[in-house]
Amino acid sequence: MTIRYSKDHEYVRLEGDVATVGISHYAQEQLGDVVFVELPAVGKIVEQGGEAAVVESVKAASEVYAPVSGEVVEVNSELEATPATVNEDAEGKGWFLKLKLASQDEFNALMSEADYKAYLESL
Amino acid sequence: MSHADDTTPLLKTPLHAAHAALGAKLVPFAGYDMPVQYPTGILTEHNWTRESAGLFDVSHMGQASLIGPDHATTAKALEALIPADMLNLKPGQQRYSQLLAEDGGILDDLMVARPSDPTKDGVLLLVVNAACKTDDYAHIAARLPAGVTLEIHEDRALIALQGPKAVDVMARHAPGAADMAFMTVLVTTYDGIPISISRSGYTGEDGYEISVADGDAETLWNKLLAEPEVKPIGLGARDSLRLEAGLCLYGHDIDTTTSPVEGALVWSIQKRRREEGGFPGAARIQRELKDGPARVRVGLTFEGRAPAREGAEIATKDGTIVGRITSGGFGPTLGAPMALGYVPTALSAPGTKVDVIVRGKPLPATIATTPFVPQRYVRKTATKGA
Repeated sequence: MTIRYSKDHEYVRLEGDVATVGISHYAQEQLGDVVFVELPAVGKIVEQGGEAAVVESVKAASEVYAPVSGEVVEVNSELEATPATVNEDAEGKGWFLKLKLASQDEFNALMSEADYKAYLESL
Repeated sequence: MSHADDTTPLLKTPLHAAHAALGAKLVPFAGYDMPVQYPTGILTEHNWTRESAGLFDVSHMGQASLIGPDHATTAKALEALIPADMLNLKPGQQRYSQLLAEDGGILDDLMVARPSDPTKDGVLLLVVNAACKTDDYAHIAARLPAGVTLEIHEDRALIALQGPKAVDVMARHAPGAADMAFMTVLVTTYDGIPISISRSGYTGEDGYEISVADGDAETLWNKLLAEPEVKPIGLGARDSLRLEAGLCLYGHDIDTTTSPVEGALVWSIQKRRREEGGFPGAARIQRELKDGPARVRVGLTFEGRAPAREGAEIATKDGTIVGRITSGGFGPTLGAPMALGYVPTALSAPGTKVDVIVRGKPLPATIATTPFVPQRYVRKTATKGA
């Protein structure tokens, strides 16, 4: 299982050709208490960098961009009832959606866990 | 309103170092570097204030005194600028009002108190918004009659202690504080530190706003924080608390384009002033009182969980845009989204169904009465001249 991160603080966890997308632990810390998550419809085609979901904290609304292109094959509808899961376990149970990966190259070009850690330290 | 631009260094309150030591996230607000939240986060801070007692640094707000030879002279001078009844303000009493422009638009909202000390006859204490204070002071000073002066208290901090257990804390340390009625003021001490307090606030809860000399501010802050009921609360929770209480945020829910009638603040204009006028914009305000304003501020509740934010458009069910949201967010105590906004008076009745457009989609919403969460101010009549 391999994980990659975008500069917008989304993560992608790849298993076979299914990419699980969510926001990083750092992103949830920055957002604060999540109160609402809007997820796309299953079957939607998302482009890398396009809006895939919306996450609202007590403070503000933020777009979640697709870190890779693909077709939405599953969404974490449990987040609609318990959005705080994003704060509790952002990179685990707080995942947003699963995509059928369109391009392995897009995935490979994202930051590794070590690169992302270095990127966060540079912010 | 005067806003510091990006190149202006941020101002710091006397409690700035205390916030940093507590691990606060500091953000620019009205020209000051202010705590938006502490490490526990907005939801926890919000809930703590509703259940126990939250401590807020609001030292960025403007504190000033109007000083004249006697109460009637000072009251009349202020009545020329605001629509509240100042002449009949009793010693020790506090009132909410608005500084009005000539067209009846709101320049700022403010709290005014008359000291209870008879030797302070002719003094009125003002608390105004941080973002407006420079303009407010210039506006007021330029319109005072001879013999009445404005004294700005740049050397004082303001700390709010809000929540159902605020009274328990104050009862142990501040003589007389527990006996105060809502919207009254008192000069007292906290463990010997001189303070000037009001029983009021901006959360919908019982509580106090405590004015203290800059030099005593950090000592008082730390003493209050040492109490088991008390935790520090940032501006983030201050906003969700005031919105649940249905209280206006100046520059958002009311501004120079809204009158107090449109802003649903008629309750703050006492009968004598409504009838007599004599304040800026009186003709417009009296006309709106008689005929109803074209639009009015309302509360909105939502069926779903998606919050509608400031700027979102309000539409009728047939898709006509009729107004917009001026404050909106998720209410932690309400457990649902809530908003304030303006709609035509014909659509303002509670229960009216509308849509709020969020990210291009209509969210079903209902015009609702405010507060969204019941206010829990102390119900006590002043028995000792406060």
